[in-house]
Amino acid sequence: MQPRFNLKSIPLGAYFVITGVLIFATVGVLLLYQNISERQREAQQAAFQVVKLSEDDVDPATWGQNYPYQYDGYKRTVDIERTRYGGSEAFSKINDDTRWKSIFNGYAFGVDYREERGHAYMLIDQRDTERVKLFKQPGACLHCHGSVIPAYYKKGVEAGVPNDEAHRPEAIQKGFELVNSMPYTAATQLVDHPITCSDCHDPKTMQLRITRPGFLTGINVLANATDAVPHLPSIERWRAEGKKGNYDPNTMASRQEMRSFVCGQCHVEYYFKGPEKLLTYPWQNGLKVEQIEAYYDSVGWKDWAHKDSGANVLKAQHPEFEMWSQGVHARSGVACADCHMPYQRVGAVKVSDHHVRSPLLNVNNACQTCHKFSESEMQSRVAIIQDRTKALMTRAEEAVVALIADIKKAQTAGGAADKIAKAQALQRKAQWRLDFVAAENSMGFHAPQEAARILGEAIDYARQGQLALTQDVTASR
Amino acid sequence: MKKRPAAHPLLLAIIFALFGILVGTGGYTFIYAKGYSYLSNDPQACVNCHIMRGEYDGWQKASHHGAATCNDCHVPHALIPKYLTKAENGYAHSRAFTFQDFHEPIEMRDRSKQIVLDNCIECHKQMVSNLTASAGTFSQNGTDIHRGQVDCIQCHRGVGHGTTD
Repeated sequence: MQPRFNLKSIPLGAYFVITGVLIFATVGVLLLYQNISERQREAQQAAFQVVKLSEDDVDPATWGQNYPYQYDGYKRTVDIERTRYGGSEAFSKINDDTRWKSIFNGYAFGVDYREERGHAYMLIDQRDTERVKLFKQPGACLHCHGSVIPAYYKKGVEAGVPNDEAHRPEAIQKGFELVNSMPYTAATQLVDHPITCSDCHDPKTMQLRITRPGFLTGINVLANATDAVPHLPSIERWRAEGKKGNYDPNTMASRQEMRSFVCGQCHVEYYFKGPEKLLTYPWQNGLKVEQIEAYYDSVGWKDWAHKDSGANVLKAQHPEFEMWSQGVHARSGVACADCHMPYQRVGAVKVSDHHVRSPLLNVNNACQTCHKFSESEMQSRVAIIQDRTKALMTRAEEAVVALIADIKKAQTAGGAADKIAKAQALQRKAQWRLDFVAAENSMGFHAPQEAARILGEAIDYARQGQLALTQDVTASR
Repeated sequence: MKKRPAAHPLLLAIIFALFGILVGTGGYTFIYAKGYSYLSNDPQACVNCHIMRGEYDGWQKASHHGAATCNDCHVPHALIPKYLTKAENGYAHSRAFTFQDFHEPIEMRDRSKQIVLDNCIECHKQMVSNLTASAGTFSQNGTDIHRGQVDCIQCHRGVGHGTTD
């Protein structure tokens, strides 16, 4: 008969091994518990209110105490990185491609024109540029280069607007109008920081909001225009409901629209209207290049008279919002922030990346959330679009430079005035279109087909201008 | 043998005590982490771990909301393969989420893609049985995973839960 199982037959060592295993397993379970608990806590509370924020808190560091993840990203906008055609290094665009010296001859941009650096530098770079140092500029420039709203408010109150919450928008508008016409050197003393948290966020609720008076007026003007804006559904709805009152993005726009509007506060085409230097967004007819041109023509606006040709020409600023509006991403409901401030995960918390930058430097989060292709595939798709745009743009530059040279030659040779006038008008059209694509910061990517269309027109107008000088103007047409 | 009779019952008691602690803490952690919910079909279980929040929110508004829950598409329908897949995915997910070493944005493994495709076909077979036996489609890294099959979600990407934000 088999002997009965006897505890005492188990060697002593086995007891210790079992004990050790149980101890390790228990420690493991407790570590797991702690980890799960941490993940759950992270998901519950995204922010601790360390300081109470108000409209007067301009310094982003104060906001950063409550929102450290966002502040970490914001601070990284000091990083300097090149992409193939842009990025955030202040290389000189006119030295890089000297054709632009000829195109901008007689204007401040012909002296100093650089690639923009990150948000962190917007104020010091503006104070530093030769365009401000060698030329007299108005306070209107400050609208988009500083955390200017508290200064506007203060100026408005000083000018007699009642100092209370109800009159806040009115005071800001009044202050905006007053600061616009100040000399830049005096106006810039009013601000200490570049773009800050409160420019896009309500300090109490963190809701996205529009603060810039120029955009509030401009978007209402656009809403009252007739051109369709299918990518901005709240404007289409406001139009369909009979255009009651003003279109106010702060109360009518969806959150997704706001994630583009906050950027569109500044990344737009604009001009300074009249002797008051009123900052104005030229959207009376719509957002397309020829609609803006038609508006400028109707008010007789010119940025400067070209030094070589005498043509009354326009300078495009940085019409990113306008160009994006014509592209397939806008049409599909993709906002600026989706690619330039994509969501990232910190622990278990989802935060939008406040390191605003080129999506090409962050393809994983910026593109691959929607596009299920490899990073190299996404990079090469963008490269195709940008290389094509660049090639077409170079042709357009050549054409405009050639036209300028021909007009100058015709003038010195004493050519017919009507021919020269026609060529100058065509230079204005060609140069405006070329600059609209060149000044726009995406090398065509925001709306590839639109960029190509515009550049095609630019080349055509420039060559038409050259033809106009040689043809008998009175005989043709 | 008879030289150490007294030591073993004490050691045995310690082992039982430690085993009790392990079962206790383990059980508590299981309940705390809602471990039991992973045995169910409730989509709520998938957002226990907040990484799936975007997918869950997307599904609420997607066309399949009324027709299919997470499990209907992401695990096999037959009982045994279903729980085998749940066990394997459960291990992979909890390992990844604990050690935080996964690719972001999250993406399906080829095996999981095959399960989704099979489930598309299973429900829609009357409609698609003639379509599926044609050209192959390609996975992200270019390897041909569905040779001889069309991948439904290549085109019908938004039916389940759209994009992840």
